[in-house]
Formats: sequence, C-alpha cells, structure tokens
Amino acid sequence: MPIEDKDVRWIETPKLGLFDQLYLPAIASGLATTLKHIFMPRVTEQYPEEKPDLPPNYRGAHRLNRDEEGRVKCVACYMCSTACPAHCIDIVAAPSPWPDREKYPETFVIDELRCIYCGMCEEACPVDAIELTSLFDLTGLSREQMMFDKEKLLSVFDQTKTIEKDPVRTSAGRLSVASEPPKSK
Amino acid sequence: MPSFEFWPTLIVIAAVLFVILHTVAYLILVERKVSAYMQDRIGPNRVGPFGFFQPLVDGVKMFIKEDIIPNHVDKVFYVAAPAIATATALLAFAIVPFGPTSPPPNTVPIKSDLPADDARRIANAEAEFDQQTYREHRSYAIAPGIDIGILFTFSISSLAVYGIILGGWSSNNKYSVLGALRSSAQIISYEIPLGMSILGVVLYSGSLNLEKVIDWQANHGWNILWHPLAFFIFMTSVFAECNRLPFDLPEAEQELVGGYHTEYSSIKFGLFFLGEYTHMITTSFLMAVVFFGGWHLPFGLTDGNAWWQQVLKFAAVGGKAGFFILLYIVVRWTLPRFRFDQLMSIAWKVMIPLAMVNLVLVMFVREFELPIVVISVASLGLLVGSAWLNSKRPGSPRVRIDPRMKRSLAGTVS
Repeated sequence: MPIEDKDVRWIETPKLGLFDQLYLPAIASGLATTLKHIFMPRVTEQYPEEKPDLPPNYRGAHRLNRDEEGRVKCVACYMCSTACPAHCIDIVAAPSPWPDREKYPETFVIDELRCIYCGMCEEACPVDAIELTSLFDLTGLSREQMMFDKEKLLSVFDQTKTIEKDPVRTSAGRLSVASEPPKSK
Repeated sequence: MPSFEFWPTLIVIAAVLFVILHTVAYLILVERKVSAYMQDRIGPNRVGPFGFFQPLVDGVKMFIKEDIIPNHVDKVFYVAAPAIATATALLAFAIVPFGPTSPPPNTVPIKSDLPADDARRIANAEAEFDQQTYREHRSYAIAPGIDIGILFTFSISSLAVYGIILGGWSSNNKYSVLGALRSSAQIISYEIPLGMSILGVVLYSGSLNLEKVIDWQANHGWNILWHPLAFFIFMTSVFAECNRLPFDLPEAEQELVGGYHTEYSSIKFGLFFLGEYTHMITTSFLMAVVFFGGWHLPFGLTDGNAWWQQVLKFAAVGGKAGFFILLYIVVRWTLPRFRFDQLMSIAWKVMIPLAMVNLVLVMFVREFELPIVVISVASLGLLVGSAWLNSKRPGSPRVRIDPRMKRSLAGTVS
C-alpha cells in the first residue's frame, strides 16, 4: 500500500548560521561544559571501602527467621518452593518436635546460584519465615558452597537481624496465626 | 655555523630523552585523571597517593606482558613499525627550543665601498665576533642553530606515518589496513595546511630557524597577535597530525577495533603510544614557540640573562607547552570524532584554501609594507567570511519520514 501524501512528513536538517559555521564558539562552549564538570562532585563509589546505599526493598540473600525462642519459624508448608519460579528451594518436612505446630523443616536448602531473587518466596510465606536481606556480596569457591542449608540461612538471620537495613519485617519474632495447629484435632 | 660540541650535546640528548619519556608516562596519568574528572569520576587512585605511581606500574605491565607476534604477520615490518613510529617522534624534538635561546648571527655583508681585501677582512672579523658572542650564550635545544629548523620537524614527523602504514599493512588484518589507509590520507592532507600556516610567520621572521622566530617575537610581539588565523589552522592540523580526537580516525575504536595497532601487544603497542604522546609534546612546544613567543614573556620579564630570568624562560616555554598539552587532553574528551568524509572536506575544502588566501594576504602586506596589524584584522575577517560563505550554501536535501517506520529514515529524496 503506497503511503498517502498527507501521511508523509518531510524534515529538513537545520541550516547552520554564521555563528555555528565559525565552529570555534561551539568548541568553546563544549569545552566550558566539560571543564565545568571538573569541579562537580564525583559520582564514583569506592566499593570495598564505601558500601553502596541500597534501597530498602533490595532483594539479596535469603534468611530463615527465628521466633522469640530461637527456633526456626518455618512450618514446612512448601508454599515458597511452590511459588518459586526457579525451583531453587528444597524442603524436607518432618513432624515438629514442638507442640505449637505440626511440621518443621528437617532440611531447608536454597540454591543461591539458581535463585533469581524475585522475592516471591517471601510473598508466599504465610508465617513470615523466609525473607530476602540486603546482603548482595555472596561468594563461594564451588557450587556446593552456594547451596545455603538451614543452618546457613539461620545464620544469615543472626547476622542481619540487628542491622537496621533488614528489620524483621512482619510480626517480629512471633509465630503468626497461620502456624497454629488446627483446633479441631 | 655554530660549533658542535660532543659531550654537552650528548648530555642534553640524554637529559631531554629522559624528561620526554617520563613526561609521556605521566601524560598518560594526566590524561586518565583529567578525563575522569571531566566525567565526574575519580580516575586511577590505587597505586600510591592519587595514583601517582600508576605510570610506573603501567610501564612495568607493558614490558612484562606476553609479546605476541601473530603467525600471519609480515615479521620484519611488523617489528620495525613501532620502532619507526617512536624514533621519528623522538627525532622531531631535536630542534625544538625548550629553554632560553639566542638567535644565531646573521650573515655579515661585505662592504663594496672599500678595497676588496679590506672589506673581506673586516667582514670576517665581524662574523667571528658575532660567532663568539653567540657561543657565549647557551641555546637550549638539542641541535641549536639549525637553519632548516621547523622544516626538519615537519619532514621528520610526517615520516611517522610510515610507522602507522607499515604497522597496519604488515599486520595482515582488515581493520589495521583500514586504519593505516585512513591515517595516510589524513596525514598527507593535513601536512599541507600545516606547512602553509607557518609560512606567513616565516615570511616575517625571515628564517625557519626557531631561535630566530622567537627572537622576532621578542622584538615585535607574539605571532598569535599578528597571525591568529594561521594559529587556528596550525592547531587544527597538528591535532590531525597527532591522530588526536576529533581526528583519531586511524584508531577509531568503535569502527576499527583498535585501528592500525589492533594486532600489537605488549611493549610494541606501548611504543606506538609513546610515539603519539611524544608527538603531542613536540607539537605543543612548536605551538608555544612559533605562535606564543617561546621563552618570551611580556613586560620585560625575560629581557635580561640573569639566572632567575633563565629559570623564568624555562618555566615560560614549559608552561606554554603544558597549556597546549592540557588543551589536547581536554579537547579529546569534549569533541566527538569527525566522519571520514568530513575530515577530508575540512582539510581540502576549508583549511587549504584558507591557508592559501591567508598566505597571499601576508605576502601582500609584507610586499607593500602595510602595518602588520592589517594581517590580524584581515585574517580574522577571512575566518568570519569563510564561515559566512559556508552558511550561504544550500543545506542538505530534505528527508522523507515514513509514518509507518516511526523513527527511522525511510529514504532520502533529492
């Protein structure tokens, strides 16, 4: 289909006047711009010495929260591993040794290399047991080291709970209602 | 002829080479620092305070890196090319006055109203006396009193293009050859306005000898006042000669990977860099000497030969050259690169005609003994006039925009 004339736009390159054709004023103004930047504040962040100022919703390494008695808060409901789009959470549930809940995770492994840090596990969790922290400098010498097990994830909690950046976000420390065993039993 | 002394010359050569090589190393640091500052960054700051030892580390890196000679290269020329590039750049510095100088004596005319023998004897005595006084003043250049002077620098520094062409060609690599071809076209084109721009200066000082050029400026005022257009042409041309932005087409990273030095590594690559930066230093000194009076400072600051004035002269010429080196760096991080056809049309359609007309103007003023101020006014008039002429040219053809291809140009219609 040919283009109709009314749809066609014609553009012309702007003509340079005498001032622009001299080139030198344009070069001088360009130099003024770049020289001005010499005296402007630097934007460089010298990383190992200066830590970056991360936004509060930054999604870094996971942690497993503890309740006020220091037990793992997780009730092994598999909601997080079901929600996980990368299938990086592996939970083995076992009957809980404590009377206030039915199950607890015997093992809880997150493959941090496979995780895409989308934060859906944190949204899915009914008892606010799994949370993403602002730890971003995860390193490991092997793939195995990057498989974070339950102890590791709990230690991340111990490490980050006191830092102001990562407050325990919801119903701090207490188990929430969803973890209570059904009354009728 | 000034006399040639072996040991002092050797010492000066050693000292100047030492200073130049270290200046080049630190120029690279300065370049990195200035570019960082201009982009709101910090620049190298890990090695020593403010990255002060960065050049040393860079140099060590250049030397101990693996020196790869690819199998597909022409080995002889491949090895010779960086050596040529550096050697010519260093050689070109030989005549540049970097400190206080005094002009070599003029020839003494033989008076014709005396008997021939007497006249010759008197003239010889006068010439001997001039030589004696000239010898008493030390001239700070590696080869003082060379009469072809600036011509020598031009001819030697244009040999540097051999380094680039041989390097690009022997690399047996398309990008390298393209870079080398561009470079040869560019340098040959810009040689012409470069040479023509200083002819006006030479006409007035009466010599190609840089010491005489300085001496003329000390007596009559700096050449930038009398030959502003020539200075702009000269500066643009040396930017092109040094392959510096906005004329760095031989290495245009975005188009040619690395240009002529794509296949080079280790210290061979470093030598190309050394040559380029040495060239920058030489041409900065030339700009300071030819157009900004060399060691001369206004208000009679440098009229005597006391020790502090000698020091001041060193500082003056060094400071002026340093200013131009900084200008090189600042301009590099300000202006974008020219397209190749723009580069050529600037040289052939703008700068060469301008330089020619400017030269004719200078010849005219000199022949009819008009006041020299006429040149400065008229040459600025030439600059504005050429810009005005250019602004009267018809613009580019208009371009049709196909509405279905939102932002791309559908095609040009003449």
